[in-house]
Amino acid sequence: MKSLLLPAALVTALALSGCGHLEPWVKPYERQNFADPIMSDNRDPVSAAYLNHVFEAREGARGAVGSHGGGCGCN
Amino acid sequence: MRFANMLWNLLLGALLLSPGGVGATGEPAPDFTLPARGGDEIRLSDLRGQVVMINFWATWCGPCRQEMPLLEQVHARYEPLGFTLLGINVEPDSSAARKWLEQVPVSFPILFDTESIVAERFGVEGMPSTVFVDRAGRVRHVHRGYKPGDEARYADLIRGLVKE
Amino acid sequence: MRVLLIVCLSAATLSSVSDAAVLPDDRADVLYHRYQGGGVTVDGPSVLVRKKFAEKYSVSANYYVDLISSASIDVVTTASPYSERREQASLGFDALNGKTRYSLSFTNSDENDYTANTASLDLSQDLFGDLTTLSLGYSQGWDEVRKRGDPVFSEDVDRRNYRLGLSQIVTPQLMVNVAYEVITDEGYLNNPYRSVRYLDADSATGYSYQGEIYPRTRTSNAASLATRYFLPYRAAIHGEYRYFTDTWGIDANTLRVGYTHPWQQWIFEVGYRWYGQSAADFYSDLFPYQDAQNFLGRDKELASFTSHMLSAGATFELPAFGWGFLQRSTVNFFYDWTRYDYDDFRDVRQGGAPGTESLYGFDANVIRLFFSGWF
Repeated sequence: MKSLLLPAALVTALALSGCGHLEPWVKPYERQNFADPIMSDNRDPVSAAYLNHVFEAREGARGAVGSHGGGCGCN
Repeated sequence: MRFANMLWNLLLGALLLSPGGVGATGEPAPDFTLPARGGDEIRLSDLRGQVVMINFWATWCGPCRQEMPLLEQVHARYEPLGFTLLGINVEPDSSAARKWLEQVPVSFPILFDTESIVAERFGVEGMPSTVFVDRAGRVRHVHRGYKPGDEARYADLIRGLVKE
Repeated sequence: MRVLLIVCLSAATLSSVSDAAVLPDDRADVLYHRYQGGGVTVDGPSVLVRKKFAEKYSVSANYYVDLISSASIDVVTTASPYSERREQASLGFDALNGKTRYSLSFTNSDENDYTANTASLDLSQDLFGDLTTLSLGYSQGWDEVRKRGDPVFSEDVDRRNYRLGLSQIVTPQLMVNVAYEVITDEGYLNNPYRSVRYLDADSATGYSYQGEIYPRTRTSNAASLATRYFLPYRAAIHGEYRYFTDTWGIDANTLRVGYTHPWQQWIFEVGYRWYGQSAADFYSDLFPYQDAQNFLGRDKELASFTSHMLSAGATFELPAFGWGFLQRSTVNFFYDWTRYDYDDFRDVRQGGAPGTESLYGFDANVIRLFFSGWF
């Protein structure tokens, strides 16, 4: 299962690139909402990591938390 | 591992390719008229004969804010040589920009593109974006983003353009 | 007694979350955390410092302590209340190259009977006009399990996490995240102090204890979907769902919803979390006789249960006093109340014929009080 993950990700990305070039439908100058701290998924990383630890210490489930996106999209 | 690396770089190249916007190098810069901070209006074609550097910015964009004082230095240095810097703010509500400019004053014109019409015309693809227009009104270079040290690149480009 | 450690999660503190094209801001956070419930009190500090160098690299360090005072149901029924201290230190490096961000982090966690080391590598790539962020991550963990009172006892655990994530801006108000994570554990996965109980007519209580026996491997899959939406009057709502399943037979669903509302210098948040889990295959509150199965477990963490959590918090932006190097600072307070109700774990303290004791449940209060500064 795990050995398929990287090839799967690469194949997905390649397949997506086969769509040809995609014009961004939300322009860089329309991203002011995502630069707002209230739209940040992880405004306080220390606090979020702690709360996650509280859950994982008491529950059987783990993983698939956190995100790496959004933000102002600058640079 | 190397194959995976190569594959990764290949697909990155495919995904990151973007077409030139309307403000593409060599083309005449799209004309526009926008309200300026003082209340008057500025039209790009009125500035023909000067080298014009157009900077698209917003208060919510960190690198844009970081760049402002350096743009002020660039403007002060090259203005006597027939150079103008225009700061086009793309926010729908200009009040945040006006308030911020009280803290970080600049002497070059600030224009308000509240409906992002000019940004769209220039095909702005990143924040900030800086467009260099020569004395004949043609777009000569588009610089995307800002990282400390870019102002040296700006200076090189401007020096080349003012000599024409 | 060893506290179950989720050290790889500490990587979440440092594999910071912002869009790939800009490094995270320089900051310092000082947090006081406190958990109190089910006979357990755990509190302590967590301190983070993060700094950029040459606009291309960001280094971060985190120091975290759990001071544990435990008289939980497991402890009082099979052992005696104890105090313990767990210390954790992490170091992270982030580098930016165009639209790609690389993150490397190391974490060490130490307590008197458990040591965990984790190394993580994460890659984040902006695509499609920066509307999409693709991320890949891998973590490797090496744990050593020891036993108080038995200096010879030493076992290992090998942990591997594989992460895949996609973040997508859909409209100027909406963003969506999907994440997938596979975790494999191999080694000594149980607790050297914990026991299971079985019916024993010869015992005064009607049951006896024997040590738990777990499989030596565990593979889990988790998939989540999260959305965040910007409301026109400036507020945000978010919702997350996660599905979890593993080779131990545990299936779990997590649902979270929250609302964020700014007002002047404040940001208020309220939220609700629901969690439901079905028991592991080898779990039972009461086995019919000794050695009833190859694998035996009675850890309530592997039982069938549901949990609710209500959260509320406030962030206050401190006025710019002219602190000098601090550009911005906030004071934050978050409170969560949570309730766990077990479907197949019984409270043996209540007495009664074995297997008929009342089902266990408990409340807990969680407090997070912290100061954040950006420089």
